Amino acid sequence: MHASLGARALAVSLLVLALFLAAWHVATQGTGPTQVMDPEYAKLMGATATTGKSAMPGPLDVGATIWQHLKRPFYDNGPNDKGLGIQLAYSIGRVALGYLLAVVVAIPLGFLIGMSPLMSRALDPFIQILKPVSPLAWMPLALYTIKDSGLSAIFVIFICSLWPMLVNTAFGVASVRSEWLNVARTLEVGPLRRAFTVILPAAAPTIVTGMRISVGIAWLVIVAAEMLVGGTGIGYFVWNEWNNLSITNVIVAILVIGVVGMILDQALARLGRLVTFPE
Amino acid sequence: MTDPVISIEGIAKRYGAKGHPASGGASTTIFENLWLKVNRGEFVCVIGHSGCGKTTILNILAGLDRPSEGVVLVEGRELAGPGLDRAVIFQGHALLPWRTVLGNVAYAVSSRWRRAPKAEVEERARRAIAAVGLAGAEHKRPAELSGGMKQRVGIARALAIEPKMLLMDEPFSALDALTRGTLQEEARRICRDTGQTVYMITHDVDEAIYLADRIVLMTNGPGARIAEIVINPLAADRSRSGLHHDPAYYSLRNHLMDFLVARSSAFREAPPDGYDPRHPPIVTLHHSQSGALRAMT
Ligand SMILES: Nc1ncnc2c1ncn2[C@@H]1O[C@H](COP(=O)(O)OP(=O)(O)OP(=O)(O)O)[C@@H](O)[C@H]1O
Ligand SMILES: [Mg+2]
Repeated sequence: MHASLGARALAVSLLVLALFLAAWHVATQGTGPTQVMDPEYAKLMGATATTGKSAMPGPLDVGATIWQHLKRPFYDNGPNDKGLGIQLAYSIGRVALGYLLAVVVAIPLGFLIGMSPLMSRALDPFIQILKPVSPLAWMPLALYTIKDSGLSAIFVIFICSLWPMLVNTAFGVASVRSEWLNVARTLEVGPLRRAFTVILPAAAPTIVTGMRISVGIAWLVIVAAEMLVGGTGIGYFVWNEWNNLSITNVIVAILVIGVVGMILDQALARLGRLVTFPE
Repeated sequence: MTDPVISIEGIAKRYGAKGHPASGGASTTIFENLWLKVNRGEFVCVIGHSGCGKTTILNILAGLDRPSEGVVLVEGRELAGPGLDRAVIFQGHALLPWRTVLGNVAYAVSSRWRRAPKAEVEERARRAIAAVGLAGAEHKRPAELSGGMKQRVGIARALAIEPKMLLMDEPFSALDALTRGTLQEEARRICRDTGQTVYMITHDVDEAIYLADRIVLMTNGPGARIAEIVINPLAADRSRSGLHHDPAYYSLRNHLMDFLVARSSAFREAPPDGYDPRHPPIVTLHHSQSGALRAMT
């Protein structure tokens, strides 16, 4: 009897995970050569040099740390020691704000560009030039003009989420089938009602695809942005733990960033399935 | 006696020299100097070869396109744009795929009666859907329907707004022969029952013979004209399956086929003597005679 493809894929996934964890465990178990040294100096050098234990945490260390974070996600012991949950909440909050601002700007502007060949041509050079700029290149300008690191991060999220949504909305609106528009015209549907009952549903799959690309980019960028501006957020957490030489926490953060990114992506994918229509 | 719903007065369509007829010879004339009246309650079919401008004319009547010259009058008023008094049945059904059957028809109904309560909109939509034999399929989406069913929804949507005039662009050409036959019968029944005025494009000579009261023959483009208007001599209570038992059917069919095969292309070089685009010849066929008798009016 053959198990379904899904079940077999799951089995292979678990196998790959097990192999990876085992290899990781073995690789971080061994002890290297040790040196005899002055106890004061040994303190500075850490466990790697004195006991031969690898500084790279094994899967069990990481698991234990994850458990610690899960037990106390929201503790706050001052600026350099906050729970992972708090840091994540800061990052998600920034992404949400910048992203929503971008939605509010990109979708109406995309509608305008998509519906007006004049605006489409007039704004195209600006979009073409600004779109390929790395969002982090805006950071100094944002810091200088906004003078607030948190807001600057939000601005950077805004600017990086803007383009995919803008371009996709404009494209989706411009390529609404003319026969659907003609249906609305022959029914004397006004421009506003037409926008909401014909153009929006027809362009929605393309728009949501843009939104999905944007949320992915925003989540990529927030980590880098928070490393730059510091203070709070999962990006800052990674940087801070690197400075603390806590590789365990860095690995935990990488996992958490991946999981949250996946959830954001899946949420938009689900929205996409809601608005797609079969033809 | 005649009560034209639509009067086409000398329209032309040219492409190329946009708005500057004087700017040079780059413009092509699709058709020119067309005159035609469609009377109330009448079923008019237009036949012509591909590219002669039939769809363009229909779009002009729908208000979706503008003629380069001439005007179209709707009940004596110059046509200004699309309107709810004319319903279009598009060649590619043009249903909104994200709406159900009921949603598509209700969309038209609520556009026609903007202030109507939801219940009334739905009631009207359901009635129109039942009229085309789709009761029970209200909550299906277009993707779940067969080609024939989609076209029925298109007809229901058009009829639901109670238009003064129905404009149909080859509504049945994409269907298989059996479905096409059934839909032709239903369309004829509905239009006769409601006294609907219809302007329909077709490629199918038999379809025109079965459905039309008058058949408009267009010459080949570019520079297409209305060559003649043939009055359908068949009995008004004709049945589709019995058509070929009617002696008049063959003389009419031969006349139309002769036109499509030979005269539609020869017309441009040699228009018949005394041809007046404003009053194209009206042809009445008498089946008692072997050939066609041409009655000029
Ligand atoms: N935007 C345009 N620019 C130039 N020519 C055009 C344009 N639109 C249509 N035409 C031409 O106008 C002519 C008439 O087109 P139309 O679609 O009205 O033909 P039709 O009689 O409906 O043909 P068919 O029977 O194939 O549907 C065609 O020759 C087409 O090439
Ligand atoms: Mg056509």
